Amino acid sequence: MMASSYNAKEEDGHPSGASNHGGAGATKSRKPDNTAFKQQRLPAWQPILTAGTVLPAFFVIGLIFIPIGIGLYVTSNNIKEFEIDYTGVEISSPCYSCAKNFSSNNTTPCLCFVEFTLEQPFESNVFMYYGLSNFYQNHRRYVKSRDDRQLNGDLSALTEPSKECEPYRKSNGLPIAPCGAIANSLFNDTLELYHIDANGSRNIIPLVKKGIAWWTDKHVKFRNPGGNSNLSAVFHDTTKPENWRKPVYELDTSDPDNNGFINEDFIVWMRTAALPTFRKLYRIIQKKSSTTPTLPSGRYILNITYNYPVLSFDGRKRMILSTISWMGGKNPFLGIAYITVGSICFFLGVVLLIIHHKYDTRNNSSADIPN
Amino acid sequence: KSCSHFKCVGEEDWVDSRTIYIGHKQPPPGTEAFIQQRFPDNRIVSSKYTFWNFIPKNMFEQFRRVANFYFLIIFLVQLIIDTPTSPITSGLPLFFVITVTAIKQGYEDWLRHKADNAVNQCPVHVVQHGKVVRKQSRKIRVGDIVCVKENESFPCDLILLSSSRDEGTCYVTTASLDGESSHKTYFAVQDTKAYNTEKEVDSIHATIECEQPQPDLYKFVGRINIYMDNEPVARPLGSENLLLRGATLKNTEYIYAVAIYTGMETKMALNYQSKSQKRSAVEKSMNAYLVVYLCILISKALINTVLKYVWQADPNRDEPWYNQRTETERQRHVLIRAFTDFLAFMVLFNYIIPVSMYVTVEMQKFLGSYFIMWDDEMLDEELGERAVVNTSDLNEELGQVEYVFTDKTGTLTENNMEFIECCVDGHVYVPHAICNGQVMRGAAGMDMIDTSPGPEARHEELFFRALCLCHTVQVKEEETVDGIKHGIHQGKSTSFYISSSPDEVALVEGMKRLGFTYLRLKDSHMEILNREDEIERFELLEVLTFDSVRRRMSVIVRATGELFLFCKGADSSIFPRIISGKVDQVRARVENNAVEGLRTLCVAYRPLSPEQYEEVCHLLSGAKLALQDRDKRLAEAYELIEKDLILLGATAVEDRLQEKAADTIESLHKAGMKVWVLTGDKMETAAATCYASKLFRRNTQILELTTKRTEEQSLHDVLFDLSRTVLRHHGGMTRDTFSGCRRAMLSNGAAAESSGADILRHLTGIVKLIKASKEHPITLAVGDGANDVSMILEAHVGIGIMGKEGRQAARNSDYAIPKFKHLKKMLLVHGHYYYIRISELVQYFFYKNVCFIFPQFLYQFFCGFSQQPLYDTAYLTLYNISFTSLPILLYSLIEQHINMDILKKDPSLYKDIAKNSLLRWPIFIYWTILGVYDAIVMFFGAYFLFDNTTFTSNGQMFGNWTFGTLVFTVLVFTVTFKLALDTHYWTWINHFVIWGSLIFFVVFSLLWGGIIWPFLNYQRMYYVFMQMLSSGPAWLSIILLITAGLLPDVVKKVIWRALWPTTTERIQSVNFSVCLQCSFTSNSNVSHSLCLCCHSSIKDSNHKSSVWFNMMILQAQHHARCLESSRISL
Repeated sequence: MMASSYNAKEEDGHPSGASNHGGAGATKSRKPDNTAFKQQRLPAWQPILTAGTVLPAFFVIGLIFIPIGIGLYVTSNNIKEFEIDYTGVEISSPCYSCAKNFSSNNTTPCLCFVEFTLEQPFESNVFMYYGLSNFYQNHRRYVKSRDDRQLNGDLSALTEPSKECEPYRKSNGLPIAPCGAIANSLFNDTLELYHIDANGSRNIIPLVKKGIAWWTDKHVKFRNPGGNSNLSAVFHDTTKPENWRKPVYELDTSDPDNNGFINEDFIVWMRTAALPTFRKLYRIIQKKSSTTPTLPSGRYILNITYNYPVLSFDGRKRMILSTISWMGGKNPFLGIAYITVGSICFFLGVVLLIIHHKYDTRNNSSADIPN
Repeated sequence: KSCSHFKCVGEEDWVDSRTIYIGHKQPPPGTEAFIQQRFPDNRIVSSKYTFWNFIPKNMFEQFRRVANFYFLIIFLVQLIIDTPTSPITSGLPLFFVITVTAIKQGYEDWLRHKADNAVNQCPVHVVQHGKVVRKQSRKIRVGDIVCVKENESFPCDLILLSSSRDEGTCYVTTASLDGESSHKTYFAVQDTKAYNTEKEVDSIHATIECEQPQPDLYKFVGRINIYMDNEPVARPLGSENLLLRGATLKNTEYIYAVAIYTGMETKMALNYQSKSQKRSAVEKSMNAYLVVYLCILISKALINTVLKYVWQADPNRDEPWYNQRTETERQRHVLIRAFTDFLAFMVLFNYIIPVSMYVTVEMQKFLGSYFIMWDDEMLDEELGERAVVNTSDLNEELGQVEYVFTDKTGTLTENNMEFIECCVDGHVYVPHAICNGQVMRGAAGMDMIDTSPGPEARHEELFFRALCLCHTVQVKEEETVDGIKHGIHQGKSTSFYISSSPDEVALVEGMKRLGFTYLRLKDSHMEILNREDEIERFELLEVLTFDSVRRRMSVIVRATGELFLFCKGADSSIFPRIISGKVDQVRARVENNAVEGLRTLCVAYRPLSPEQYEEVCHLLSGAKLALQDRDKRLAEAYELIEKDLILLGATAVEDRLQEKAADTIESLHKAGMKVWVLTGDKMETAAATCYASKLFRRNTQILELTTKRTEEQSLHDVLFDLSRTVLRHHGGMTRDTFSGCRRAMLSNGAAAESSGADILRHLTGIVKLIKASKEHPITLAVGDGANDVSMILEAHVGIGIMGKEGRQAARNSDYAIPKFKHLKKMLLVHGHYYYIRISELVQYFFYKNVCFIFPQFLYQFFCGFSQQPLYDTAYLTLYNISFTSLPILLYSLIEQHINMDILKKDPSLYKDIAKNSLLRWPIFIYWTILGVYDAIVMFFGAYFLFDNTTFTSNGQMFGNWTFGTLVFTVLVFTVTFKLALDTHYWTWINHFVIWGSLIFFVVFSLLWGGIIWPFLNYQRMYYVFMQMLSSGPAWLSIILLITAGLLPDVVKKVIWRALWPTTTERIQSVNFSVCLQCSFTSNSNVSHSLCLCCHSSIKDSNHKSSVWFNMMILQAQHHARCLESSRISL
């Protein structure tokens, strides 16, 4: 492929060489780097990895990583997390009948209540997640089954959704909005949390449904066609996804800024999870005052409107309550990994120290002789 | 002298011949049927493409390469079936590569078109109807009579009919064909040389019969039939009558000649054909690795396909309610689905064999070869020549050479011959005034060292005359000034001798110093100025030219009625033909001289009676007129003529070793190379040269291959067991050795060439034999002459020396260097560097793509084998093109693991990379395992970080694209840092490129995720990268995973270096520690001398510490000054 251009190359090489010589001092002082480059004599730093040079680095890494790891581990351990599976697989579980009798044609929602006890109070903001298992949101057919143009408020894409949405693209000749498998399978259980007082009365815990989606998603990536007002008119020529009970413009009728495509529950769902077991942020329980914990220890009831079938694919549904630190939720992995790598580095440092003392000096002296 | 038209020898064998009617005139009726053959016009087409066929033809040629074809297939699969990645990811790089190549080739072809047009349209003079007409060059047809003026070049291959010179000769330089700038003499056909005006020449009535064109520049046989008075006269035509296209007319006012080969049939055009492609060992390893990776790719795809169908046997997994197939998909047959799934997996993993590797390797080779051409140390000041790279494909092969075959004359030696002595019948004559090969004026006397009474006066006379006559030397006259030619006047002019053989020049000049000056050849008479300042004239009747099989040449001259045959040649070819003379004395002297490393020739004569001469003439003309097997017939004729010789004496010519030749050979030896000197010299001469060039040591066991020992088995053993063997071709045993070699070759299963005891083939045979031996060693051939070309072409690497024997070798070689000594730097420094560089390039490329693709493979286990790509399309496309391409390209261009001065000083370092040691399977497997390890660290690191939890401080969750981006970020950094750890030579460019490409990655990611790109159908990457960076644990995990990924490699390197260091590593650390020691002890006075020593030992090496060294020198100077001043004050 390159074989035919040698003549040109040859000609290139000669004049440049000649100029280097003819010009002598003048060209050299003007372009010292160029000649040094051509002669492969550019000034260079020539590091060599030897036990001696690497040693300090290993100790330093060890000394830095181990404290970081311990810090991460402690932080992770201080995070409080409570998880409850409400799928209803066992007969004893409260949602068993809902799970068993599920059919998509049911018009009346099935309700169930799960009681649980928090042993420790949850200070600061508490984040409520729903978790799904064995749900392949990262399946290729699923991941691509969406139309970002449509979700961005593109009117043409609203009436003519992308082919990628098949087979959730059109229904009875009308375009589906939002189209695609992801939107169609929107998680639609409703979770409510009640605290049971010492005197046995139920107090509903206010759940904040805003701030659960990425700010950029909510404000830039997802947009309602034609603004947020009068959504029903805009979506007039479209139909709701088959599995939905209500059309997209009725997702949150109470708040026009949380309705339609910019409904945060919807946006959260549309960000496909990386792994088949995942959790998604559902609600935030905000701290009310600095004196009382957000969720004091005690008994709680989770009120579930059971709409979402998972048993058909061996899935599980969970509700998770978690506090958050600067490093996010409970995850001991990072701390342990840091401690491990730091320790290994430290250990290797010791090993290398021994090797260095035993061998490097010997090698150097023996290698000096031929020189 | 002539033969009748119908009785010429060999006529019955004319199969491949053509008949040319000069001036398109029909032959007289009755002699022959007039068949006008069709010949191409004189258009030269060196371009490959036309405007119309460029795109299809170029595409076809490009996709014929396996790699391109593979990527095309992948691309087409992506277009046809529903694949995980968009066709852009493989289409764009492929399109880029194809386009760049096409543009380059198109441009080159356009240049060729331009050059062709210039040549084809340049005006030429053609004789038509007795008048000279101007025509475009391309319109010349076979049979046209062309008129060429001085300094014009010939438009096609011509047969010289007549010239402006009376004797019908013309001078030609073939510099543009074979680089020989000397003027060669060509001869007109004797019967037409008188026709030297356009009218006369147009009246010639003749036909030419000659062979069909063949590419050999130096061979031509033909015959001209001239119809004078309707009686045909046939004359032989040889290469001395043939003017080649491309050659230039010199020192001759004009010539008339007839076109016989035109256009693409000219010998020059036939020589355009490209040489066979050589492939380097690295390329072979690379191809082997590719096959391995292809297997890995296919098995990965197969495993995933099988697992997919096992996994989704449960319909709720295959098609859960939330993720249904389309109706058309459902109806597809399961086998078709499985096959498309397999293809989709192939597409998903195809990046493991990247397009960019080929591009990078080619760029590395192409750009890297500039360093050879730029190298000032390989610049020859005298010649003003630099090293030339003809094939950049073999750069790294220079670092793998195991056998060096070198020609002796002109390669090891200067080829600057100097006449030392001659001996006539055992009496030695030495010209006493020798001053660097130049004759001192007025000192042309002679000394007789031998005090014994002179030899038979007749022999002495004959000897000197023989040497003055038996040669093909030309006298170069002074350039014409105002049309007046200055000849030689009584030997006082500044004329000099030119010959294709420097030996002959040395001999003729030696004779001049001994009192016999050869003046010129005029009108077939050679003129000699003898000691008494008389001019003697000899009629030159025949020249039996030199060839390398006979190894002798002869002339037949007539002097005042007497006829002599003078013969000169190698002793082995002369002695068997001697019938009288003082053979023993001469032989003793010859052998004595040979031991001293002098080149010897023997001279003999044979008086011919007129009858004998008649017979000789008959033999010669018969052979010369043959069209078929002319060479063989000529050889037979020569054999018969050169017999019954009377020995006159011998000459000795010295050919000095080239400067630093001995040093170079010693270095090559130390580098573990086996150096073979192939020469046609006498055994003793060769041995003496070898001792001088340190090829032989005193204790070297010399094994002589003689006729008796060329038994098949012994030859076989000898060739492979003895490393320091010099094979000498003793003239007499050539044939036997060759057949021995051939048999050995056959036993090795190598293809045997057609026989022929030609020494060229012989050299080639040896090279071939070594190449085909069990270990398949890498061979290198060095030579300077046309006779070395076949050897150069046969060896793995062919190196030509730009010597005095023309440019043939340099043109046909892969690399051309000005002097033999440059071979040292070429191999030890450039070869070593290129090998280190390209092996790292190859290994690294596979490594980084394993790192790249293996996480995708792992991800399939977590996404239901759905071929979901882990990374975004942009990352998939740009990973190999821009994020990780430049650092490795730069590394492969300028990496220097050891300073070049040390490489030169310590040739044994070359052994460290011998036998393709950096591309062996264990190392390849190590790299691959390292890649897999890194991939596992990266993937599972991210996996555990993402596992069912969040790592943002606002509780929000990340999706699959953040997961992929995290892995990808770690990947880019790990892979780049890995290269940074391997870099031993950090110039500012390295810093710029390595950090620059990382910064580019970050900037690109920010940009790619920062905007809703209107032309994209999906916005999956929107703010993904920034959101990731806003999370502390993401940073921490990136740092952790990079550290964990690099750790094992660093540890392995350090421990290996400490426990089992290679020579290279030892030298590296010695250097390193010396510098450190120096810097640490720089305060004490004692260390100054030591440090200055260090400095001188690694002088010119571009340590960063060189600044420090300079300071040291200043400091030392300062101290010295202080000392001095203190002494003064005392």
